Amino acid sequence: MVLARAKSDSLSSPPVEAVSRPQLRSPGRTAAILSDHRLLLIVWLTMLVVPFAAPNAYFVSLANMMLINLILIASLNLLMGYGGQISLGHAGFYGLGAYVSGVLGVKFGLGAWIGLPAAALLTGLAALLIGIPALRLRGLYLSMATLGWNAILVVMFNRLIDLTGGPNGLLGVRPFAFGRFALDTDARQFPLLWLVSLLVMLAILNLLRSGTGRALRAVATNELGADAVGIDSFRTKLLVFVLSAGMAGIAGSLYVHVNQFASPETFSVSNSILLVVMVAIGGSGLYWGPLFGALIFTAVPPLLLEYEDAELMLFGFAMLVVLIASPTGIAGLPAILRRWLASRRS
Amino acid sequence: MLEVDALSAGYGHVSVLHRISLRVAAGQSVCLIGANGAGKTTLLRCLAGLLRPSSGRILVEGNDIAGRSASARLDFGVTLVPEGRRVFAPMSVRENLEMGAFRRLWPRRDRRVEADMDAVFDMFPRLRERLNQPAGLLSGGEQQMLAIGRALMSRPRLLLLDEPSMGLAPRVVQDIFAIIRRLNQQGISILLAEQNANMALQSAAWGYVIAEGEIVREAESTSLAHDPIVRTAYLGL
Repeated sequence: MVLARAKSDSLSSPPVEAVSRPQLRSPGRTAAILSDHRLLLIVWLTMLVVPFAAPNAYFVSLANMMLINLILIASLNLLMGYGGQISLGHAGFYGLGAYVSGVLGVKFGLGAWIGLPAAALLTGLAALLIGIPALRLRGLYLSMATLGWNAILVVMFNRLIDLTGGPNGLLGVRPFAFGRFALDTDARQFPLLWLVSLLVMLAILNLLRSGTGRALRAVATNELGADAVGIDSFRTKLLVFVLSAGMAGIAGSLYVHVNQFASPETFSVSNSILLVVMVAIGGSGLYWGPLFGALIFTAVPPLLLEYEDAELMLFGFAMLVVLIASPTGIAGLPAILRRWLASRRS
Repeated sequence: MLEVDALSAGYGHVSVLHRISLRVAAGQSVCLIGANGAGKTTLLRCLAGLLRPSSGRILVEGNDIAGRSASARLDFGVTLVPEGRRVFAPMSVRENLEMGAFRRLWPRRDRRVEADMDAVFDMFPRLRERLNQPAGLLSGGEQQMLAIGRALMSRPRLLLLDEPSMGLAPRVVQDIFAIIRRLNQQGISILLAEQNANMALQSAAWGYVIAEGEIVREAESTSLAHDPIVRTAYLGL
């Protein structure tokens, strides 16, 4: 090994004794894995009390929607926060998953358990076909291309009336069921959503800790540098685009069978924009960010029900406040506070 | 080590390189000097596999790698230190070095990576001091050291350096060139593209002059340094 021979002489500054020799930890940072995995388990176990402690069924239905939104926002965070690719078509993939799963049930008589994987696969496949041309675009141009894709989907949801029911929505979607035991109440749906969202969050965490996750971070910061170390940045982006869309498809399938209904406006471009906002408010590129994003995305609209027209404006205002106070979002606040305290102490 | 034969390349319809031929013998240090826009970066990008040449051959130890991907080139021992350093700013120094050994760490981990990282720290003690700092907070010179260290983590036999002196203080440039000479003494073949012709010719044994995508002169560095045209055009004498 050529490098080994260079040990004797060193350049540019004398060796510092005080600095301990680096011990290369395993690339995944074992310590960090345990704590995030543990925290995930703790948070999800705590959530199990929701159906018992909830004051009414409405509260449980909000919790259910929160978990679906979490899958949606966390998958967008994977693409946008970690991968640096801002997609304005995420609600479109969400809708595609919802309609695939819903239409398979309503028009072809297939159960929700088939609809769920079918939605994930078909949405992922659509992302593959769209991603191959679109991911050659960078920055704003990618956002515009995905926005166009979302717009096309909304037109299709509206116009393929025989399949989708058009603007009136897709009616008669059946819930998930185990034989004759249908998950048709909020409390019955909660465990399924709890489990699927846990699996998705776990999958994202493990992906981020893997070589692909590291490659993704490298691609997001510096594509040319990534290529120079042998990472195929296009493939990395494409893989994450497909995975992220597939997860949105899962969220869509859950949505349609939980609500037993879908209509095009839920999957509009403006909702795609809101999802990007929620990623940013929660904490873009931070693992726990989407949890805060999903809480806000789910809890705020019912609170603002009386001011429906002002909803988007208030969201916009909230985003300004959060991002000026903490540019890394709500999940970034602890780090900012720590730094602030440290600077006050010194 | 490296033999480039009638290589042409460009971006879209704009052709930049016109039938370039050059050689780097095993263990040799070669520099490529030329003005801004002459095609130095384009040539190195072709060699590293970041740009597909439109025609010509790139032989590394006798294997034609012109059609191979960038990651496959690393297996042939060819590694690029890109122009402008291109370190991963939010990642720590350690993580940046791990990225250099990316294909040896994931999916399966090569235990020798730790020893290689130690060797890089012995060569650049400053990097050891900054082990856990984000690369974006390093000085320009330290970032260049990190970029070189990252490239060394792939165990290159041919190191392609694109403008390593760019934007660095003269003192730091001297340090960087001393490192490059030392790497060459250790047996790594070097192809160095530089606008700083003076420094490049001092550190390399053989030089090529590139202008408008063509090699216009080649000679031993010492004789190139005395070539009247090179002296006026590139050395400013």
